[in-house]
Amino acid sequence: MSSVHALAGVGAEGATSVVGATGAFNATWLLLALPLAGAAVLLLGGRRTDRTGHLIGTLAAAASFVFGLVLFFTLHGRSSSGREVSSNLFTWLPVNGLKVNVGLLFDPLSSVFVLLITGVGTLIHIYSIGYMAHDPGRRRFFAYMNLFLASMLLLVLANDFLVTFVGWEMVGLSSYLLIKFWEYKPAAATAANKAFYVNRVGDVGFLIAIMLMFATVGTTSFTGVFNAVAQHAIGYGTLTAIALTLLLGAASKSGQFPLQTWLPDAMEGPTPISALIHAATMVTAGVYLIARSNPIFTGSQAARTVVLIVAAITILLGCVIGCAYDDIKKVLAYSTVSQIGYMFLAVGLGPAGYALGILHLLAHGFFKAGLFLGAGSVIHGMDDEQDARRFGGLWRFMPVTWVTFGLGYLAIIGFPGLSGFFTKDKIIEAAFDKGGTSGWILGCVALLGAGLTAFYMSRIFLLTFHGERRWSDSGPDAKHPHESPTVMTAPMIVLAFGSVFAGGLLVLGGSLQHWLTPSIGRSAEVGAHTINPAVLTVLTLVVAAGGFAGAYLRYQLRPVAAVAPADSEVSPVTVAARHDLFLNAFNEAVLMRPGQYLTRFLVWSEAVGIDGVVRGIAAGVGGLSGRMRRAQTGFVRTYALSMLTGSVLLVGALLLVKAS
Amino acid sequence: MNPSNYLVLAAILFSIGAVGVLVRRNAIVVFMCVELMLNAANLTLVTFSRIQGTLDGQVIAFFVMVVAAAEVVVGLAIILTIFRTRRSASVDDVNLLKY
Amino acid sequence: MNPAITAATEITRTGSGEQVVFWILAPIAVLAAFGMVLARNAVHGALLLIADLFCLAIFYMLQSAPFLGFVQIIVYAGAIMVLFLFVLMLVGVDSSDSLVETLRGQRPAAIVLGTGFAGLIALPIIHVISGTQAAGLSAANNGGNVQAIAKLLFTTYVFPFEIVSALLIIAAIGAMVLGHQERTGPKVTQREMLKRRFASSGPLTPRPGPGVRARADAVDTPALLPDGRPALTSIAPEYGGQSEEEPAVPVNGTNGAGETPGPDDPEGGAPAGDSAPVGAGSGGSR
Repeated sequence: MSSVHALAGVGAEGATSVVGATGAFNATWLLLALPLAGAAVLLLGGRRTDRTGHLIGTLAAAASFVFGLVLFFTLHGRSSSGREVSSNLFTWLPVNGLKVNVGLLFDPLSSVFVLLITGVGTLIHIYSIGYMAHDPGRRRFFAYMNLFLASMLLLVLANDFLVTFVGWEMVGLSSYLLIKFWEYKPAAATAANKAFYVNRVGDVGFLIAIMLMFATVGTTSFTGVFNAVAQHAIGYGTLTAIALTLLLGAASKSGQFPLQTWLPDAMEGPTPISALIHAATMVTAGVYLIARSNPIFTGSQAARTVVLIVAAITILLGCVIGCAYDDIKKVLAYSTVSQIGYMFLAVGLGPAGYALGILHLLAHGFFKAGLFLGAGSVIHGMDDEQDARRFGGLWRFMPVTWVTFGLGYLAIIGFPGLSGFFTKDKIIEAAFDKGGTSGWILGCVALLGAGLTAFYMSRIFLLTFHGERRWSDSGPDAKHPHESPTVMTAPMIVLAFGSVFAGGLLVLGGSLQHWLTPSIGRSAEVGAHTINPAVLTVLTLVVAAGGFAGAYLRYQLRPVAAVAPADSEVSPVTVAARHDLFLNAFNEAVLMRPGQYLTRFLVWSEAVGIDGVVRGIAAGVGGLSGRMRRAQTGFVRTYALSMLTGSVLLVGALLLVKAS
Repeated sequence: MNPSNYLVLAAILFSIGAVGVLVRRNAIVVFMCVELMLNAANLTLVTFSRIQGTLDGQVIAFFVMVVAAAEVVVGLAIILTIFRTRRSASVDDVNLLKY
Repeated sequence: MNPAITAATEITRTGSGEQVVFWILAPIAVLAAFGMVLARNAVHGALLLIADLFCLAIFYMLQSAPFLGFVQIIVYAGAIMVLFLFVLMLVGVDSSDSLVETLRGQRPAAIVLGTGFAGLIALPIIHVISGTQAAGLSAANNGGNVQAIAKLLFTTYVFPFEIVSALLIIAAIGAMVLGHQERTGPKVTQREMLKRRFASSGPLTPRPGPGVRARADAVDTPALLPDGRPALTSIAPEYGGQSEEEPAVPVNGTNGAGETPGPDDPEGGAPAGDSAPVGAGSGGSR
């Protein structure tokens, strides 16, 4: 148990031991129990809680956050060797040969996740009070949000892959319930189903990984599996297989290529959901899974290479498609896809990048949640209009939204001094530092992604808040943009602060990397830099400025049509991007249609083959009986004739037997 | 004289009775053919009794006669009942119980 | 020849007298059976069956079974066949069956199967049993055949015997149940029959028999009505009379009836139309 991270090449001093829970940590389960109780009260309470439902839900989330803070500081007060606190709750599966203990592991990695989930979750709960004020299903909404919080906390707090999987499935369920929250909209219902199906693919991968662990190690607990990895008890092939199947699960949950198609569609859900689940927390579960399983990925170079490939493809894919959409939420969704690609890139780099991935994850959690809440505020103020081409010049009407969204925007494009500047630059640097051809390729991809991110984020920002108005306050399609109520703007302001300062606070002095060391090992010492960090920073800034300049020239200085130009007037690349690079069409043609034909064939073969045999036997018996029935003529003499025939045959047979 | 002659005679009489059952339509004649078959069987019983040297065959033949008497009584009563309702003693007219 | 061997031969082999009787009666039995199957008239068939049963009775007696032989004659040829004839009379003795086969293929199939069955039974008998010697019943019948059978019947076979007696009673009750007819209306008494006769328009008195008040009383001589005309309904239609249901038709010169009236009634019977009391009176002729 002690040398879990020895394999990470970190050195013995990085090894820590998991200690039993004492004091406040005995009540770690309260973190989950509070939102779960909130969900239970709201769901079981029915209409009686309609009026107070949003307050109960928000209180549960806030209480969980406060308790999380208490635990965090308690943990912070301990020496670094005692910072992995495990508490067993009960034995779930006492089956012979498989014993699953449900337990909670509160360590530095899960502690930052707990704070992110409950903190951002609480803010978004507060925001939702305003956003969902007029929705008849508000109580249900808060119940599902609480359920999601509990599920997500179970996911990050579990100390066993199987229990993690339970949380994994529960967040999938919550996500499904919330995407289809407006289920009367066909698009929402379809999007929810799509998310569910695509996630099933990943779930199967995760399950296979768990089965492989059990088959080779005999346990599914983190310590058991990681010890086995440290002792080389798992062969390289099996280890790679486990890592790749885990990656499949992670890719589906985090919207990575090729399973990214569900995430943009999931924007059909309410905007707070897009902010909380599909930007800040749940979609980063894949990054968490890889970071948590770091001994496995550290042990398999091949699996990490696959992670890098997936990440590189996803970064470019998300950026390219993000440039083509006009729907503000879709752009943010593809932005999320590509930003998670950066995180995957970081964790795919191995020991050098696990901490960077988590770092970017946290910063992203802040600024992307802020961006989504800002987008929600804009949509709210523009009477549910989402097309950025119909916005324009809104900064005058929504100053708070403009400022908070703008800060988030500056953070994501890496404006110096803001969160993204610190976290993304580090990832680009680490990619170049990987060395060799692959390092150069990855670095260039990351750099290109930074430029494209600057372009499409500037585009959407300028289209929304600057330029001329492409809406009118009169006529049948009149819009009356207004600033959102305080209950909505307050969380946005808090998140804007996070966007500005989180990155710096976490990065400067390597504070987060140091904090995370017990969980994911010390970041590998960087050897010689491929490019001088200072030069690279300038280069990144230049590229991002180029992206901004492109957007400014195209969308600020030149007039923008209120209706997107037809496909025939734009370049083929834009057409492809508008159609999600035809990946949906590809999935439909390669996976869905053959699947449909296969099921049709199976149905047909079942009907014709199996049913045919059954029905054929029945029809044969029926037909035969129908014909044999004719033998019942009603004439006694005919019956007597058959009796005599039988007697003759019987006597003949008897004689034959006797004779032989 | 060999007793097997009686057996052959009984076989012939039995077959004639069977053919009679099959070809005649008058229920009473059919019944008489059945009686002939029973008597042929009785003849074999008596002959075998003689061949075996025991009287059991004769006792069985006696039982056959009693059962035949009972059968004739009931059978003729049935024929009478049918005749009363259908004005016919033909076995082919009683063919309602069919497919 | 050794006397012992002779004695043994006598026991095991049937005597020549029996052989003679067998070869006379066996063809008769077979022919009678064929005749029964082929007879158009059921009464003829019954009589031929009686002949057959008699032949079999004699065979029984030949084979040391005198008790069975007599039971055969008394019960079978006597009681059962009388019952058959009785039912035949009830059903209609004058109807002779049509021998046209209505079921296709029934007759050839029956003949083929019957022949085949006889052959299948007879061939192995000739093959296998013809060589065996009969044990004979002299020993078993020692002290009398009837006594020996009675001994068996009341010892070894006492339970079947009792069950068979129960069967006979059941059969008798069954026959009564089957033959019973439920009366559906009230019972018709003498008084009601009388009322019915007076209510009808028919003659109140019994019809005159043939020859009443005529000069002769032969069956073909019609009775004379009070006015001297012949009553044609008094004689059977076969002799020129009229049935009561038929309308009177002139019978003059058609048969002997026209000549029978006496010379005092020269045109007797000519206008028969008005003379016949055509009332549908019931039972007038009885």
